[in-house]
Amino acid sequence: MNHIVIIGNGISGVTAARHIRKLSDHKITIISGETDYFFSRTALMYIYMGHLKYEHTKPYEDHFWKKNRIDLKRGFVNKVDHENKSLIFDNGDVLQYDQLVLAVGSKPNKFGWPGENLKGVQGLYSKQDLDLLEQNAPNKEICKRAVIVGGGLIGIEMAEMLRSRDIPVTFLVREDSFWNGVLPKGESEMLNRHIKSHHIDLRLGCNLKEILADDMGNVTSVVIQETGEQISCNIVGLTAGVRPNIDFLKDSGIQTNRGVKVNPKLETNIKDIYAIGDCAEQHNPINGRATIEAVWYTGRMMGETLAQTLCGNPTAYNPGAWFNSAKFLDIEYQTYGWVFAKPKENEIHFHWKHKDDTKCITINTNATSGRFLGINTFGIRMRHEIFNTWLTEKRSTDFVIKNLKLANFDPEFYTHFEKEIIACYQDTQTLNQ
Amino acid sequence: MALEKNMALTGQPPKNLSNKQKFGVLIGISGLFILVLAACNVNLPNKSFWLATSLISIFTGIIFFAHASYGNKKQGINNDGIWFKAISSRGAIAWMAGIAITGFYIVLYFFAELLGLGQGINNTNTGLIGLFDPLSRLLSGNAASQWFVYGTLYTVAIVSFGVRFLLKYKKNKYQQLRTASVMFFQTAFAYVIPELMARLNSESFSLPYNDLKNMWPLNYYAFEQWRVDQFINAQHIGLFFLLLGIFMIFVVSPWLTYKYGKRWYCSWVCGCGALAETVGDSFRHLSDKGIKAWRLERWMINTVLVFSVVTTTATISTYLGYDASKYWFTKNVFLLSVGSLLTLVFTSVLYYKRNELKQDAVKGAIGFFALTLGFLLLIGFVDLNGLQINARYFSFGLNENLYSFDGALRSSYGFFIGSIFSGVIGTGFYPIFGARVWCRMGCPMAAIMGIQQRLFSKFRITTNGGQCISCGNCSTYCEQGIDVRAYAQKGENIVRSSCVGCGVCSAVCPRGVLKLENDSLNGRINSTQVLLGNDVDLLSLMNNKEK
Repeated sequence: MNHIVIIGNGISGVTAARHIRKLSDHKITIISGETDYFFSRTALMYIYMGHLKYEHTKPYEDHFWKKNRIDLKRGFVNKVDHENKSLIFDNGDVLQYDQLVLAVGSKPNKFGWPGENLKGVQGLYSKQDLDLLEQNAPNKEICKRAVIVGGGLIGIEMAEMLRSRDIPVTFLVREDSFWNGVLPKGESEMLNRHIKSHHIDLRLGCNLKEILADDMGNVTSVVIQETGEQISCNIVGLTAGVRPNIDFLKDSGIQTNRGVKVNPKLETNIKDIYAIGDCAEQHNPINGRATIEAVWYTGRMMGETLAQTLCGNPTAYNPGAWFNSAKFLDIEYQTYGWVFAKPKENEIHFHWKHKDDTKCITINTNATSGRFLGINTFGIRMRHEIFNTWLTEKRSTDFVIKNLKLANFDPEFYTHFEKEIIACYQDTQTLNQ
Repeated sequence: MALEKNMALTGQPPKNLSNKQKFGVLIGISGLFILVLAACNVNLPNKSFWLATSLISIFTGIIFFAHASYGNKKQGINNDGIWFKAISSRGAIAWMAGIAITGFYIVLYFFAELLGLGQGINNTNTGLIGLFDPLSRLLSGNAASQWFVYGTLYTVAIVSFGVRFLLKYKKNKYQQLRTASVMFFQTAFAYVIPELMARLNSESFSLPYNDLKNMWPLNYYAFEQWRVDQFINAQHIGLFFLLLGIFMIFVVSPWLTYKYGKRWYCSWVCGCGALAETVGDSFRHLSDKGIKAWRLERWMINTVLVFSVVTTTATISTYLGYDASKYWFTKNVFLLSVGSLLTLVFTSVLYYKRNELKQDAVKGAIGFFALTLGFLLLIGFVDLNGLQINARYFSFGLNENLYSFDGALRSSYGFFIGSIFSGVIGTGFYPIFGARVWCRMGCPMAAIMGIQQRLFSKFRITTNGGQCISCGNCSTYCEQGIDVRAYAQKGENIVRSSCVGCGVCSAVCPRGVLKLENDSLNGRINSTQVLLGNDVDLLSLMNNKEK
């Protein structure tokens, strides 16, 4: 029986622990400096919005861990001593391990903006960040305006959160259309309009120059690079992406780059030390994916995979078809397979948008073979299982469009749009011929 | 008005009531105030006028408030600040509301004279009940009773909060349709039609108050002698209604539950469900999701079911027994058929569904079945009418009447289950335990349909592959206390006997993970393999290991 120690109680670490327990009798310890128990990071926004309380974001009841013999330890690891196989905590505690799993997650990016460490400037990643936001922006009287810097998924969530308390929000987006590094034009532009319709002051093509403060060091305003405009505000949300949270590994001998370098089996350069989730960086991209994947679902998959390896069945991380999801204010988004912002060579996009401007889909096709490569869907729920099958079976886009109804996952009695989509698709086909 | 609970560290609520919302509260409260005045025996000169003013004010106040809350929201579904508001997060106002509603139920059930029932000259009504006389005369032609007052307020509540629900879920057609449905069934079937039908009654012809959709065993007095006699004596039409009731229990309900799950009743038709879904919508997140609550639920609801079956059987067998000339169906034939039907159903479930039942479920079922059969034997061999019980020993001396055994069963069922559980606790505790306590823990009809839904129904909630992010919105907003997330995050379908198919888990899911569906029985449970996204080999490996 080995002692497997996991640093980090997020989705990756916890999934690994659960599957190790399913497969073996190893002693398992999960360490976290953030919270006593696992919670859903993606649900933090709903606590601020008053939809949930913190306890509702815990996917397992507190008795679950004891019942499954998973030990939980609260604390910050300062140092990994791999020669003695021990962890040294910031309070001096020492913990021995046989195998170590690094599942330490991310932290918000900062790009050396002047004033980025002032009071009232914060990211939104951890439970502590959420508590800080509750302090900084409890209501619109204390927080008269918020400026959010960085147009990604966390940025728009933060905007939605603040708007739920009627706090005016200015949203600085570097790109000239929201998230257009990921989303095709039609989708990105639809979201621009949707964001504005929620009374969010969306500033496209705007970079942050500096953050200004009063004598007490509290944020008072930001200055925009392009125009020099000064916008008064009480908080600044820095949401320009995240990066692996691995500063404490600097001199540990574990090979790092942006993240902890791992091979497909999620092994680091040091024997018996592994890395999974947001903090793991593959040497080479797997199945066309990014080398660092900071997504809930990939963290979960890596946790499952590593559990196999640790329980005597060495397994490589080999994710199937890409999928992801998000919600932009009122509009749900799902994606299956690959749809890039701009079609790559020999790819064509089919785009359909409903006239109410809250629903659209984009399908990516291989121009020569007609093979279906992926779909983005906004405002219409689709079935993961069906698209997974179609992608595995290498179906054509013609087939997918024809059978689109099978993939619909909207609640009963919802209006269906397949007919409209098929008609639109046929129009583009005629045009192309 | 301190309607908000103070959650912010700085000492202020994140968001106050808007002026429009405050105005809505004012109108609604003034309507209620008229009722309170009437209840305090303030003499209101023109009853019709004051009653209309009161009901219309309550109605408009609620709708005005709802419109101010949801009218300008694009999507509608909006749970912003639910856990910050005192009324919806067990704050002081919630407790006060709970105590007020509980008090109202106690007075209604046990002290109707305090509301003015028969307190005037020649037993006419005064007070609150007197205020409702004009409306009752308009509908049924009779003076009001406490039940008429209750029915009117109940209907006003469902319709007005129903409108609120329609506004809140304006983009969700499933929610819209089922809410329109409960509003219709409450207004027409539970209120207007039975009141109008009372006009048919004369000295020679009399039908009991008959809400067609209120079936046994939810309607626990459905087969009491006075009611059955009344039906039988009311010519063909009475017999028709009696047979229709039986047909609904044995044919319509099982068939619809097979096709659509128990939701066809619980969240589309039922009056208790209607109140929970409309008035109780602001409290749905208060239900307990813990494993302990689930255990309690399984014991409690099945115990009530046994209690209900035994009581009804005892009741029927008693009057079949002592009036053999009137009923061709004798006591022993009846008891034998009940016993055989139960045995047949029970053994076939154990046999055909043996692979789907967990051991603790089988043990529990055998226990409950044995208990029921034991009671049937007792009823068969003992003359229940001859057993006399003094209620003094069970009522702290409050009730000194002598009851026969079957009468005692009937009265205690009516008291503990019909009044205390479904009314006082079920509704009075909305703001504390959530709105479906009765439906989840106590309703015998929900128990029967639940067993069927778990074993013989096409209904399930499907999980969308690996898209769950374990956020907890589904579990939190499940009024039945089902830990939906526990299934969704594993990629499993949700097939639970307590699910009333309200569809709110699907509506609040931010990732499009849940869908209510009717599909084939095969592979309904554990149908979706864990599709968390890794390659196929690993998946099949894991699935093989788990088997």
